[in-house]
Amino acid sequence: MKKNILNLLIVGLVAVALTGVRAQETAIDIITTINVLGQTKPIPVSLSGFTGEGAEVLKFDLAVQGFSFVTPDAAQYLISGSDASSISGSLTDKFAKRVLLSRSYNGASLRRQAHAFADDIVFAITGKKGIGQTKIAYKSQPAGYGVGGIYVSDFDGANAQRITKDNAIVAKPAWAPGKLALYYTSYALDNPDIFYHSLTTGQRSKIAAYSGLNTSAAVSPNGSKIAMVLSKSGSANIWVCNADGTNLKQISHGDEDSSPTWSPDGSWICFATKHSERRRLAKVPASGGTVQYLNTTGAPNPTEPDWSPDGKWIAFTSQMHDFNVCVVPVDGSMAPAVLVEGQNPSWSPNSRTLVFNRSMGYRQVLSVLDVFTKQYKDCARATGSSSQPAWAK
Amino acid sequence: MKMNQIVFPLVLALAATLATTGCKHTPPKITPINGTSPSNVSDVNNQSTLPNANPINSDANPNSTPGSTPTAGLDEFEGMIKDPAALAANTIHFAFDSAAIKKSEDSNISAVASALSGNASNKLLIEGNCDERGTEEYNRALGERRALAAREALAKRGVSPERIRTISYGKDKPTDPGHDDAAWAKNRRADFVLLHPKP
Repeated sequence: MKKNILNLLIVGLVAVALTGVRAQETAIDIITTINVLGQTKPIPVSLSGFTGEGAEVLKFDLAVQGFSFVTPDAAQYLISGSDASSISGSLTDKFAKRVLLSRSYNGASLRRQAHAFADDIVFAITGKKGIGQTKIAYKSQPAGYGVGGIYVSDFDGANAQRITKDNAIVAKPAWAPGKLALYYTSYALDNPDIFYHSLTTGQRSKIAAYSGLNTSAAVSPNGSKIAMVLSKSGSANIWVCNADGTNLKQISHGDEDSSPTWSPDGSWICFATKHSERRRLAKVPASGGTVQYLNTTGAPNPTEPDWSPDGKWIAFTSQMHDFNVCVVPVDGSMAPAVLVEGQNPSWSPNSRTLVFNRSMGYRQVLSVLDVFTKQYKDCARATGSSSQPAWAK
Repeated sequence: MKMNQIVFPLVLALAATLATTGCKHTPPKITPINGTSPSNVSDVNNQSTLPNANPINSDANPNSTPGSTPTAGLDEFEGMIKDPAALAANTIHFAFDSAAIKKSEDSNISAVASALSGNASNKLLIEGNCDERGTEEYNRALGERRALAAREALAKRGVSPERIRTISYGKDKPTDPGHDDAAWAKNRRADFVLLHPKP
Protein backbone atom coordinates (compact mmCIF):
# COMPACT_ATOMS: atom_id res chain seq x y z
CA MET A 1 0.00 0.00 0.00
CA LYS A 2 2.76 2.45 0.94
CA LYS A 3 4.55 1.74 -2.29
CA ASN A 4 1.34 2.17 -4.18
CA ILE A 5 0.69 5.57 -2.70
CA LEU A 6 4.24 6.56 -3.52
CA ASN A 7 3.69 5.49 -7.13
CA LEU A 8 0.53 7.52 -7.34
CA LEU A 9 2.32 10.43 -5.74
CA ILE A 10 5.04 10.31 -8.36
CA VAL A 11 2.48 10.09 -11.16
CA GLY A 12 0.82 13.13 -9.64
CA LEU A 13 4.09 15.02 -9.41
CA VAL A 14 5.05 14.23 -12.98
CA ALA A 15 1.65 15.33 -14.13
CA VAL A 16 2.05 18.57 -12.27
CA ALA A 17 5.52 19.03 -13.66
CA LEU A 18 4.38 18.44 -17.22
CA THR A 19 1.37 20.68 -16.86
CA GLY A 20 3.67 23.34 -15.53
CA VAL A 21 6.04 23.05 -18.46
CA ARG A 22 3.43 22.71 -21.15
CA ALA A 23 0.40 24.75 -20.31
CA GLN A 24 -1.61 23.25 -23.17
CA GLU A 25 -2.76 20.24 -21.10
CA THR A 26 -6.42 20.55 -20.29
CA ALA A 27 -7.42 20.34 -16.66
CA ILE A 28 -7.58 16.72 -15.66
CA ASP A 29 -8.18 15.37 -12.19
CA ILE A 30 -4.96 14.16 -10.75
CA ILE A 31 -5.37 10.86 -8.96
CA THR A 32 -5.96 11.40 -5.30
CA THR A 33 -3.01 10.23 -3.28
CA ILE A 34 -5.13 8.85 -0.48
CA ASN A 35 -7.56 6.03 -1.08
CA VAL A 36 -10.76 6.48 0.85
CA LEU A 37 -13.14 3.53 0.86
CA GLY A 38 -16.07 4.17 -1.40
CA GLN A 39 -14.96 7.70 -2.23
CA THR A 40 -11.92 7.34 -4.43
CA LYS A 41 -12.26 8.76 -7.94
CA PRO A 42 -11.81 6.18 -10.67
CA ILE A 43 -8.78 6.46 -12.96
CA PRO A 44 -10.03 7.79 -16.34
CA VAL A 45 -9.01 5.68 -19.32
CA SER A 46 -10.11 5.60 -22.94
CA LEU A 47 -10.68 2.41 -24.89
CA SER A 48 -10.46 2.25 -28.66
CA GLY A 49 -10.28 -0.45 -31.30
CA PHE A 50 -12.00 -3.16 -29.27
CA THR A 51 -15.51 -3.97 -30.44
CA GLY A 52 -16.65 -7.44 -29.41
CA GLU A 53 -16.06 -9.78 -26.51
CA GLY A 54 -12.66 -8.21 -25.92
CA ALA A 55 -14.26 -4.82 -25.26
CA GLU A 56 -16.85 -6.39 -22.98
CA VAL A 57 -14.20 -8.16 -20.89
CA LEU A 58 -11.89 -5.13 -20.68
CA LYS A 59 -14.73 -2.86 -19.60
CA PHE A 60 -15.90 -5.28 -16.92
CA ASP A 61 -12.43 -6.06 -15.56
CA LEU A 62 -11.27 -2.44 -15.46
CA ALA A 63 -14.52 -1.01 -14.05
CA VAL A 64 -14.37 -3.34 -11.06
CA GLN A 65 -10.72 -2.45 -10.47
CA GLY A 66 -11.23 1.29 -10.22
CA PHE A 67 -11.12 2.61 -13.78
CA SER A 68 -13.71 4.71 -15.63
CA PHE A 69 -14.17 5.04 -19.37
CA VAL A 70 -13.95 8.52 -20.90
CA THR A 71 -13.06 10.10 -24.23
CA PRO A 72 -9.34 10.22 -25.10
CA ASP A 73 -9.36 13.97 -24.31
CA ALA A 74 -10.33 13.38 -20.72
CA ALA A 75 -8.33 10.19 -20.21
CA GLN A 76 -5.19 9.77 -18.21
CA TYR A 77 -4.34 6.51 -19.94
CA LEU A 78 -5.14 5.50 -23.50
CA ILE A 79 -5.91 1.86 -24.23
CA SER A 80 -6.05 0.89 -27.86
CA GLY A 81 -5.81 -2.31 -29.82
CA SER A 82 -7.88 -4.97 -31.48
CA ASP A 83 -9.99 -8.00 -30.63
CA ALA A 84 -10.54 -9.06 -34.22
CA SER A 85 -9.12 -12.60 -34.00
CA SER A 86 -6.93 -12.35 -30.96
CA ILE A 87 -6.19 -9.62 -28.45
CA SER A 88 -3.43 -7.13 -29.08
CA GLY A 89 -3.22 -3.76 -27.45
CA SER A 90 -1.19 -0.97 -25.98
CA LEU A 91 -1.43 1.25 -22.94
CA THR A 92 -0.17 4.84 -23.12
CA ASP A 93 0.33 7.18 -20.20
CA LYS A 94 -0.91 10.44 -21.67
CA PHE A 95 0.79 12.67 -19.12
CA ALA A 96 4.13 10.98 -19.39
CA LYS A 97 3.74 10.57 -23.15
CA ARG A 98 4.92 7.08 -22.77
CA VAL A 99 3.79 3.66 -23.91
CA LEU A 100 3.62 1.51 -20.80
CA LEU A 101 2.56 -1.69 -22.48
CA SER A 102 2.29 -3.03 -26.01
CA ARG A 103 1.47 -6.65 -26.34
CA SER A 104 -0.27 -9.36 -28.36
CA TYR A 105 -1.82 -12.46 -26.92
CA ASN A 106 -2.44 -15.89 -28.33
CA GLY A 107 -3.69 -19.25 -27.11
CA ALA A 108 -6.59 -20.15 -24.80
CA SER A 109 -9.76 -18.18 -25.67
CA LEU A 110 -10.18 -14.59 -26.79
CA ARG A 111 -11.97 -13.97 -23.53
CA ARG A 112 -9.04 -15.28 -21.55
CA GLN A 113 -6.63 -13.17 -23.62
CA ALA A 114 -8.68 -10.07 -22.84
CA HIS A 115 -8.57 -10.91 -19.11
CA ALA A 116 -4.78 -11.28 -19.39
CA PHE A 117 -4.50 -7.88 -21.11
CA ALA A 118 -6.69 -6.30 -18.41
CA ASP A 119 -4.40 -7.83 -15.77
CA ASP A 120 -1.34 -6.39 -17.53
CA ILE A 121 -2.99 -2.95 -17.65
CA VAL A 122 -3.85 -3.09 -13.95
CA PHE A 123 -0.32 -4.14 -13.07
CA ALA A 124 1.30 -1.47 -15.28
CA ILE A 125 -0.76 1.30 -13.67
CA THR A 126 -1.21 0.21 -10.08
CA GLY A 127 1.57 -2.31 -9.51
CA LYS A 128 -1.10 -4.72 -8.23
CA LYS A 129 -1.84 -8.16 -9.57
CA GLY A 130 -5.15 -8.06 -11.44
CA ILE A 131 -8.12 -10.33 -10.85
CA GLY A 132 -8.98 -11.06 -14.49
CA GLN A 133 -7.98 -14.72 -14.41
CA THR A 134 -9.34 -15.72 -11.02
CA LYS A 135 -12.21 -18.06 -10.14
CA ILE A 136 -15.18 -18.04 -7.81
CA ALA A 137 -17.43 -20.73 -6.38
CA TYR A 138 -21.05 -20.07 -5.37
CA LYS A 139 -24.39 -21.74 -4.84
CA SER A 140 -27.38 -21.46 -7.11
CA GLN A 141 -31.01 -22.35 -6.44
CA PRO A 142 -33.58 -22.60 -9.23
CA ALA A 143 -36.49 -21.53 -7.00
CA GLY A 144 -34.55 -18.99 -4.94
CA TYR A 145 -34.69 -21.35 -1.94
CA GLY A 146 -34.44 -25.09 -1.34
CA VAL A 147 -32.40 -27.54 -3.42
CA GLY A 148 -29.58 -26.22 -5.57
CA GLY A 149 -26.03 -26.79 -6.70
CA ILE A 150 -22.51 -25.59 -6.09
CA TYR A 151 -20.97 -23.90 -9.15
CA VAL A 152 -17.49 -22.78 -10.17
CA SER A 153 -16.99 -19.99 -12.71
CA ASP A 154 -14.65 -17.22 -13.79
CA PHE A 155 -14.80 -14.27 -11.37
CA ASP A 156 -17.16 -12.46 -13.80
CA GLY A 157 -19.59 -15.38 -13.87
CA ALA A 158 -18.52 -16.67 -17.31
CA ASN A 159 -17.74 -20.35 -17.92
CA ALA A 160 -19.93 -21.54 -15.06
CA GLN A 161 -19.83 -25.25 -14.30
CA ARG A 162 -22.09 -27.09 -11.94
CA ILE A 163 -20.12 -29.07 -9.36
CA THR A 164 -22.81 -30.89 -7.35
CA LYS A 165 -26.00 -32.64 -8.49
CA ASP A 166 -27.29 -34.26 -5.32
CA ASN A 167 -30.82 -32.85 -5.46
CA ALA A 168 -30.14 -31.40 -2.02
CA ILE A 169 -29.88 -28.04 -0.29
CA VAL A 170 -26.27 -26.84 -0.47
CA ALA A 171 -24.57 -23.87 1.16
CA LYS A 172 -21.46 -21.82 1.70
CA PRO A 173 -18.69 -23.10 -0.57
CA ALA A 174 -15.13 -22.29 0.55
CA TRP A 175 -11.91 -22.86 -1.40
CA ALA A 176 -8.98 -24.80 -0.03
CA PRO A 177 -6.25 -22.15 -0.52
CA GLY A 178 -4.15 -22.69 -3.64
CA LYS A 179 -5.89 -25.99 -4.35
CA LEU A 180 -8.52 -27.27 -6.73
CA ALA A 181 -10.80 -28.21 -3.92
CA LEU A 182 -13.85 -26.90 -2.11
CA TYR A 183 -15.48 -27.37 1.25
CA TYR A 184 -19.23 -26.85 1.37
CA THR A 185 -22.41 -27.73 3.24
CA SER A 186 -24.80 -30.27 1.73
CA TYR A 187 -28.03 -31.78 3.04
CA ALA A 188 -27.51 -34.82 0.78
CA LEU A 189 -27.56 -37.19 3.79
CA ASP A 190 -30.63 -35.52 5.34
CA ASN A 191 -28.53 -33.36 7.64
CA PRO A 192 -26.48 -30.21 6.96
CA ASP A 193 -22.99 -31.75 6.80
CA ILE A 194 -19.64 -30.33 5.66
CA PHE A 195 -17.90 -32.06 2.77
CA TYR A 196 -14.50 -31.76 1.14
CA HIS A 197 -14.64 -32.06 -2.65
CA SER A 198 -11.59 -32.44 -4.86
CA LEU A 199 -12.28 -30.74 -8.20
CA THR A 200 -9.58 -32.75 -9.95
CA THR A 201 -10.92 -36.21 -9.06
CA GLY A 202 -14.52 -35.52 -8.03
CA GLN A 203 -13.80 -37.37 -4.81
CA ARG A 204 -15.68 -36.24 -1.72
CA SER A 205 -15.27 -36.87 1.98
CA LYS A 206 -17.23 -35.91 5.05
CA ILE A 207 -15.47 -33.42 7.28
CA ALA A 208 -18.18 -32.78 9.85
CA ALA A 209 -21.44 -34.72 10.09
CA TYR A 210 -22.45 -34.39 13.71
CA SER A 211 -26.00 -34.31 14.95
CA GLY A 212 -27.46 -30.84 14.35
CA LEU A 213 -25.85 -28.06 12.37
CA ASN A 214 -22.57 -28.48 10.45
CA THR A 215 -22.05 -25.45 8.22
CA SER A 216 -20.07 -22.34 7.20
CA ALA A 217 -16.70 -24.02 6.63
CA ALA A 218 -13.83 -21.51 6.46
CA VAL A 219 -10.36 -22.75 5.60
CA SER A 220 -7.28 -21.36 7.35
CA PRO A 221 -4.90 -19.51 4.98
CA ASN A 222 -2.36 -22.36 5.03
CA GLY A 223 -5.11 -24.91 4.44
CA SER A 224 -4.41 -26.93 7.56
CA LYS A 225 -7.48 -26.04 9.65
CA ILE A 226 -11.22 -25.62 9.16
CA ALA A 227 -13.39 -23.29 11.22
CA MET A 228 -17.12 -23.94 11.09
CA VAL A 229 -20.44 -23.72 12.90
CA LEU A 230 -21.57 -26.83 14.79
CA SER A 231 -24.45 -27.26 17.23
CA LYS A 232 -23.35 -30.59 18.71
CA SER A 233 -22.81 -28.97 22.12
CA GLY A 234 -26.46 -27.92 22.22
CA SER A 235 -25.98 -24.42 20.81
CA ALA A 236 -24.60 -23.07 17.50
CA ASN A 237 -20.92 -22.19 18.06
CA ILE A 238 -17.63 -21.85 16.22
CA TRP A 239 -15.44 -24.98 16.19
CA VAL A 240 -12.05 -25.65 14.61
CA CYS A 241 -10.72 -28.97 13.28
CA ASN A 242 -7.89 -30.20 11.08
CA ALA A 243 -8.41 -30.15 7.31
CA ASP A 244 -9.46 -33.82 7.44
CA GLY A 245 -12.02 -33.29 10.22
CA THR A 246 -9.94 -34.61 13.12
CA ASN A 247 -8.83 -32.76 16.27
CA LEU A 248 -12.10 -30.95 16.85
CA LYS A 249 -12.18 -28.06 19.32
CA GLN A 250 -14.91 -25.60 20.33
CA ILE A 251 -13.60 -22.03 20.34
CA SER A 252 -16.68 -19.84 20.90
CA HIS A 253 -19.43 -20.14 23.48
CA GLY A 254 -21.92 -17.41 22.56
CA ASP A 255 -25.61 -18.01 22.02
CA GLU A 256 -25.79 -16.78 18.45
CA ASP A 257 -22.49 -17.45 16.70
CA SER A 258 -22.19 -17.74 12.91
CA SER A 259 -19.94 -17.23 9.86
CA PRO A 260 -16.28 -17.70 10.89
CA THR A 261 -13.43 -16.19 8.80
CA TRP A 262 -9.65 -16.45 9.35
CA SER A 263 -7.07 -13.70 9.67
CA PRO A 264 -4.40 -14.17 6.96
CA ASP A 265 -1.77 -15.14 9.54
CA GLY A 266 -4.09 -17.87 10.80
CA SER A 267 -4.01 -16.65 14.39
CA TRP A 268 -7.52 -15.16 14.69
CA ILE A 269 -11.04 -16.08 13.73
CA CYS A 270 -13.63 -13.36 13.24
CA PHE A 271 -17.30 -14.32 13.47
CA ALA A 272 -20.77 -12.87 13.95
CA THR A 273 -22.31 -13.11 17.42
CA LYS A 274 -24.51 -11.36 19.94
CA HIS A 275 -23.23 -9.40 22.93
CA SER A 276 -25.24 -7.29 25.40
CA GLU A 277 -28.37 -7.75 23.29
CA ARG A 278 -26.68 -6.40 20.17
CA ARG A 279 -25.41 -8.27 17.17
CA ARG A 280 -21.66 -7.79 16.89
CA LEU A 281 -18.60 -8.96 15.02
CA ALA A 282 -16.00 -10.50 17.30
CA LYS A 283 -12.59 -12.08 17.01
CA VAL A 284 -11.11 -14.89 19.06
CA PRO A 285 -7.66 -16.55 18.94
CA ALA A 286 -7.88 -19.54 16.59
CA SER A 287 -6.69 -21.78 19.41
CA GLY A 288 -9.44 -20.43 21.68
CA GLY A 289 -9.31 -17.65 24.25
CA THR A 290 -10.78 -14.28 25.06
CA VAL A 291 -13.34 -12.86 22.64
CA GLN A 292 -12.80 -9.25 21.50
CA TYR A 293 -15.60 -7.24 19.92
CA LEU A 294 -15.07 -5.13 16.81
CA ASN A 295 -16.35 -1.60 16.50
CA THR A 296 -18.89 -1.53 13.68
CA THR A 297 -20.93 1.41 14.98
CA GLY A 298 -22.96 2.84 12.14
CA ALA A 299 -23.43 -0.52 10.44
CA PRO A 300 -26.05 -2.32 12.58
CA ASN A 301 -26.67 -6.08 12.75
CA PRO A 302 -23.38 -7.19 11.23
CA THR A 303 -23.12 -10.76 9.89
CA GLU A 304 -21.05 -12.67 7.28
CA PRO A 305 -17.57 -11.22 7.97
CA ASP A 306 -14.77 -11.91 5.47
CA TRP A 307 -11.19 -10.98 6.40
CA SER A 308 -9.12 -9.50 3.53
CA PRO A 309 -6.01 -11.44 2.43
CA ASP A 310 -3.81 -8.41 3.23
CA GLY A 311 -5.15 -8.53 6.79
CA LYS A 312 -6.35 -4.93 6.93
CA TRP A 313 -10.08 -5.08 6.31
CA ILE A 314 -13.17 -7.00 7.27
CA ALA A 315 -16.02 -6.95 4.79
CA PHE A 316 -19.44 -7.88 6.18
CA THR A 317 -23.18 -7.56 5.70
CA SER A 318 -25.12 -5.01 7.72
CA GLN A 319 -28.86 -5.37 8.00
CA MET A 320 -30.60 -2.02 8.15
CA HIS A 321 -33.78 -1.70 6.12
CA ASP A 322 -31.98 -3.65 3.38
CA PHE A 323 -28.76 -5.60 3.45
CA ASN A 324 -25.63 -3.58 2.79
CA VAL A 325 -22.08 -4.60 2.01
CA CYS A 326 -19.74 -2.81 4.43
CA VAL A 327 -16.00 -2.71 5.05
CA VAL A 328 -14.26 -1.83 8.31
CA PRO A 329 -10.53 -1.68 9.07
CA VAL A 330 -9.56 -4.47 11.47
CA ASP A 331 -7.68 -2.02 13.70
CA GLY A 332 -10.82 0.08 14.20
CA SER A 333 -9.09 3.21 12.87
CA MET A 334 -12.11 4.19 10.76
CA ALA A 335 -15.86 3.82 11.00
CA PRO A 336 -17.27 1.17 8.68
CA ALA A 337 -17.90 2.25 5.10
CA VAL A 338 -21.37 1.30 3.92
CA LEU A 339 -20.78 0.55 0.24
CA VAL A 340 -23.71 -0.92 -1.72
CA GLU A 341 -26.90 -2.92 -1.20
CA GLY A 342 -25.96 -6.59 -1.03
CA GLN A 343 -24.86 -9.56 1.07
CA ASN A 344 -22.19 -12.24 1.46
CA PRO A 345 -19.06 -10.28 0.48
CA SER A 346 -15.90 -12.27 -0.36
CA TRP A 347 -12.52 -10.62 -1.00
CA SER A 348 -10.47 -10.93 -4.16
CA PRO A 349 -6.92 -12.27 -3.76
CA ASN A 350 -5.56 -8.69 -4.07
CA SER A 351 -7.81 -7.26 -1.31
CA ARG A 352 -9.29 -4.52 -3.49
CA THR A 353 -12.45 -6.05 -4.94
CA LEU A 354 -15.38 -7.96 -3.45
CA VAL A 355 -17.74 -10.44 -5.03
CA PHE A 356 -21.15 -10.42 -3.33
CA ASN A 357 -24.81 -11.13 -4.09
CA ARG A 358 -27.57 -8.56 -4.39
CA SER A 359 -31.32 -8.67 -4.76
CA MET A 360 -32.90 -8.49 -8.16
CA GLY A 361 -36.58 -8.85 -7.50
CA TYR A 362 -36.81 -11.90 -5.26
CA ARG A 363 -33.69 -13.50 -6.67
CA GLN A 364 -30.05 -12.97 -5.95
CA VAL A 365 -27.44 -12.14 -8.58
CA LEU A 366 -23.68 -12.12 -8.16
CA SER A 367 -21.93 -8.80 -8.53
CA VAL A 368 -18.32 -7.57 -8.32
CA LEU A 369 -17.48 -4.38 -6.43
CA ASP A 370 -14.40 -2.16 -6.33
CA VAL A 371 -14.37 -1.06 -2.69
CA PHE A 372 -12.48 2.18 -3.34
CA THR A 373 -14.63 3.64 -6.12
CA LYS A 374 -17.85 1.73 -5.27
CA GLN A 375 -18.14 0.79 -8.93
CA TYR A 376 -19.82 -2.58 -9.37
CA LYS A 377 -20.97 -4.82 -12.18
CA ASP A 378 -23.23 -7.86 -12.19
CA CYS A 379 -21.74 -11.21 -13.15
CA ALA A 380 -23.07 -13.13 -16.13
CA ARG A 381 -26.61 -14.13 -15.21
CA ALA A 382 -27.10 -17.72 -14.26
CA THR A 383 -30.63 -19.07 -14.09
CA GLY A 384 -32.22 -19.09 -10.68
CA SER A 385 -30.84 -17.36 -7.65
CA SER A 386 -27.08 -17.26 -7.06
CA SER A 387 -25.50 -16.43 -3.73
CA GLN A 388 -22.71 -17.08 -1.21
CA PRO A 389 -19.84 -16.48 -3.65
CA ALA A 390 -16.32 -17.43 -2.51
CA TRP A 391 -13.31 -16.01 -4.32
CA ALA A 392 -10.52 -18.53 -4.97
CA LYS A 393 -7.29 -17.49 -3.28
CA MET B 1 11.79 24.10 2.18
CA LYS B 2 13.13 20.69 3.00
CA MET B 3 10.35 19.08 0.96
CA ASN B 4 11.31 21.19 -2.05
CA GLN B 5 14.89 20.17 -1.74
CA ILE B 6 13.92 16.53 -1.92
CA VAL B 7 11.09 16.68 -4.40
CA PHE B 8 12.53 19.10 -6.93
CA PRO B 9 15.55 16.97 -7.86
CA LEU B 10 13.22 13.99 -8.00
CA VAL B 11 10.99 15.73 -10.51
CA LEU B 12 14.04 16.78 -12.51
CA ALA B 13 15.36 13.26 -12.53
CA LEU B 14 12.00 11.92 -13.66
CA ALA B 15 11.69 14.57 -16.32
CA ALA B 16 15.14 13.65 -17.56
CA THR B 17 14.21 9.99 -17.68
CA LEU B 18 11.05 10.81 -19.57
CA ALA B 19 12.94 12.98 -22.01
CA THR B 20 15.14 10.07 -22.96
CA THR B 21 12.55 7.31 -22.89
CA GLY B 22 9.66 9.58 -23.80
CA CYS B 23 7.63 8.39 -26.77
CA LYS B 24 9.67 5.35 -27.59
CA HIS B 25 7.46 2.45 -28.63
CA THR B 26 8.17 -0.83 -26.97
CA PRO B 27 8.19 -3.59 -29.55
CA PRO B 28 5.01 -5.68 -29.39
CA LYS B 29 5.46 -8.78 -27.31
CA ILE B 30 3.52 -11.94 -27.79
CA THR B 31 2.14 -13.27 -24.54
CA PRO B 32 1.16 -16.88 -25.01
CA ILE B 33 -1.64 -18.05 -22.76
CA ASN B 34 -1.18 -21.74 -22.65
CA GLY B 35 -1.76 -24.47 -20.13
CA THR B 36 0.17 -22.84 -17.35
CA SER B 37 -1.72 -19.86 -16.16
CA PRO B 38 -0.39 -17.16 -13.89
CA SER B 39 -3.36 -17.61 -11.62
CA ASN B 40 -3.06 -19.51 -8.40
CA VAL B 41 -6.03 -21.64 -9.37
CA SER B 42 -4.33 -22.52 -12.60
CA ASP B 43 -5.61 -26.01 -12.91
CA VAL B 44 -9.23 -24.99 -12.58
CA ASN B 45 -8.66 -22.35 -15.20
CA ASN B 46 -7.25 -24.77 -17.67
CA GLN B 47 -9.64 -27.59 -17.16
CA SER B 48 -12.37 -27.22 -19.71
CA THR B 49 -14.69 -29.46 -17.76
CA LEU B 50 -14.48 -30.55 -14.18
CA PRO B 51 -15.22 -34.17 -13.29
CA ASN B 52 -18.62 -35.04 -11.90
CA ALA B 53 -18.90 -35.29 -8.17
CA ASN B 54 -18.66 -38.80 -6.84
CA PRO B 55 -21.76 -40.00 -5.01
CA ILE B 56 -21.77 -39.25 -1.32
CA ASN B 57 -21.46 -42.48 0.59
CA SER B 58 -22.93 -42.32 4.05
CA ASP B 59 -20.63 -45.07 5.27
CA ALA B 60 -17.40 -43.48 4.13
CA ASN B 61 -17.01 -41.39 7.20
CA PRO B 62 -13.61 -41.97 8.72
CA ASN B 63 -13.26 -38.59 10.35
CA SER B 64 -16.48 -37.74 12.05
CA THR B 65 -16.09 -39.71 15.22
CA PRO B 66 -18.40 -37.83 17.55
CA GLY B 67 -16.80 -36.60 20.71
CA SER B 68 -18.50 -36.30 24.07
CA THR B 69 -21.69 -34.50 23.20
CA PRO B 70 -25.02 -33.63 24.71
CA THR B 71 -26.67 -34.48 21.38
CA ALA B 72 -27.13 -38.09 20.36
CA GLY B 73 -25.11 -39.22 17.35
CA LEU B 74 -26.90 -39.27 14.01
CA ASP B 75 -26.47 -43.04 13.80
CA GLU B 76 -28.96 -43.37 16.67
CA PHE B 77 -31.58 -42.17 14.18
CA GLU B 78 -30.33 -44.15 11.18
CA GLY B 79 -33.08 -45.64 9.02
CA MET B 80 -36.01 -44.43 11.14
CA ILE B 81 -39.24 -43.78 9.26
CA LYS B 82 -40.39 -40.16 9.12
CA ASP B 83 -44.01 -39.50 9.96
CA PRO B 84 -44.55 -35.79 9.29
CA ALA B 85 -48.35 -36.04 9.50
CA ALA B 86 -48.56 -37.27 13.10
CA LEU B 87 -47.55 -33.97 14.71
CA ALA B 88 -48.23 -31.58 11.82
CA ALA B 89 -50.91 -29.82 13.86
CA ASN B 90 -48.39 -29.01 16.60
CA THR B 91 -45.99 -26.84 14.60
CA ILE B 92 -44.87 -23.91 16.76
CA HIS B 93 -44.20 -20.36 15.56
CA PHE B 94 -41.73 -17.70 16.61
CA ALA B 95 -41.44 -13.93 16.80
CA PHE B 96 -39.16 -12.15 14.31
CA ASP B 97 -35.48 -12.95 14.88
CA SER B 98 -36.33 -14.86 18.05
CA ALA B 99 -35.81 -18.44 19.21
CA ALA B 100 -37.85 -18.02 22.40
CA ILE B 101 -40.77 -20.45 22.78
CA LYS B 102 -43.92 -18.39 23.27
CA LYS B 103 -46.17 -19.17 26.22
CA SER B 104 -48.99 -19.70 23.72
CA GLU B 105 -47.15 -22.74 22.34
CA ASP B 106 -47.40 -24.65 25.66
CA SER B 107 -50.23 -26.88 24.44
CA ASN B 108 -48.30 -27.86 21.31
CA ILE B 109 -45.19 -28.69 23.30
CA SER B 110 -47.30 -30.78 25.71
CA ALA B 111 -48.96 -32.63 22.84
CA VAL B 112 -45.57 -33.51 21.32
CA ALA B 113 -44.25 -34.59 24.73
CA SER B 114 -47.18 -36.92 25.33
CA ALA B 115 -46.92 -38.41 21.82
CA LEU B 116 -43.35 -39.37 22.67
CA SER B 117 -44.12 -40.68 26.15
CA GLY B 118 -46.83 -42.89 24.66
CA ASN B 119 -44.33 -44.97 22.69
CA ALA B 120 -40.79 -45.35 23.95
CA SER B 121 -39.47 -46.66 20.63
CA ASN B 122 -40.46 -43.50 18.76
CA LYS B 123 -38.06 -40.59 18.41
CA LEU B 124 -38.40 -37.03 17.17
CA LEU B 125 -36.95 -34.81 14.48
CA ILE B 126 -37.38 -31.06 15.02
CA GLU B 127 -37.02 -28.93 11.89
CA GLY B 128 -36.18 -25.25 12.56
CA ASN B 129 -37.11 -22.69 9.92
CA CYS B 130 -36.89 -18.93 9.33
CA ASP B 131 -38.54 -16.27 7.25
CA GLU B 132 -36.56 -14.89 4.32
CA ARG B 133 -35.35 -11.80 6.17
CA GLY B 134 -31.87 -12.18 7.66
CA THR B 135 -28.74 -13.39 5.93
CA GLU B 136 -28.49 -17.01 4.84
CA GLU B 137 -26.02 -18.46 7.33
CA TYR B 138 -27.37 -16.31 10.15
CA ASN B 139 -30.76 -17.83 9.42
CA ARG B 140 -29.31 -21.33 9.29
CA ALA B 141 -28.02 -20.77 12.82
CA LEU B 142 -31.31 -19.13 13.91
CA GLY B 143 -33.32 -22.12 12.61
CA GLU B 144 -31.07 -24.42 14.62
CA ARG B 145 -31.56 -22.29 17.72
CA ARG B 146 -35.32 -22.56 17.28
CA ALA B 147 -35.13 -26.34 16.96
CA LEU B 148 -32.82 -26.56 20.00
CA ALA B 149 -35.15 -24.32 22.03
CA ALA B 150 -38.04 -26.66 21.23
CA ARG B 151 -35.86 -29.62 22.23
CA GLU B 152 -35.07 -27.86 25.50
CA ALA B 153 -38.77 -27.24 26.15
CA LEU B 154 -39.54 -30.92 25.57
CA ALA B 155 -36.70 -31.95 27.89
CA LYS B 156 -38.32 -29.84 30.61
CA ARG B 157 -41.46 -31.91 30.11
CA GLY B 158 -39.54 -35.10 30.69
CA VAL B 159 -38.62 -36.16 27.15
CA SER B 160 -35.04 -37.44 26.99
CA PRO B 161 -33.07 -35.12 24.65
CA GLU B 162 -31.27 -38.25 23.44
CA ARG B 163 -34.45 -39.13 21.56
CA ILE B 164 -34.49 -35.83 19.70
CA ARG B 165 -32.62 -34.84 16.57
CA THR B 166 -32.62 -31.27 15.23
CA ILE B 167 -32.19 -29.94 11.70
CA SER B 168 -32.18 -26.33 10.51
CA TYR B 169 -33.32 -25.40 7.03
CA GLY B 170 -32.67 -21.68 7.57
CA LYS B 171 -34.81 -19.95 4.96
CA ASP B 172 -34.54 -22.86 2.50
CA LYS B 173 -37.86 -24.56 3.34
CA PRO B 174 -40.61 -21.94 3.55
CA THR B 175 -44.11 -23.29 4.10
CA ASP B 176 -45.38 -20.19 2.24
CA PRO B 177 -43.11 -18.84 -0.49
CA GLY B 178 -44.76 -15.39 -0.31
CA HIS B 179 -42.98 -12.16 0.57
CA ASP B 180 -45.31 -10.51 3.08
CA ASP B 181 -45.93 -10.45 6.83
CA ALA B 182 -48.44 -13.31 6.67
CA ALA B 183 -46.02 -15.60 4.82
CA TRP B 184 -43.12 -14.65 7.09
CA ALA B 185 -45.15 -15.40 10.23
CA LYS B 186 -45.95 -18.89 8.90
CA ASN B 187 -42.33 -19.56 7.97
CA ARG B 188 -40.84 -18.71 11.38
CA ARG B 189 -41.53 -22.14 12.78
CA ALA B 190 -40.39 -25.48 14.15
CA ASP B 191 -42.02 -28.58 12.66
CA PHE B 192 -42.15 -31.83 14.62
CA VAL B 193 -41.62 -35.05 12.67
CA LEU B 194 -42.29 -38.27 14.55
CA LEU B 195 -39.74 -41.00 13.86
CA HIS B 196 -40.81 -44.62 13.95
CA PRO B 197 -38.28 -47.43 14.31
CA LYS B 198 -37.48 -49.20 11.08
CA PRO B 199 -39.67 -52.27 10.68
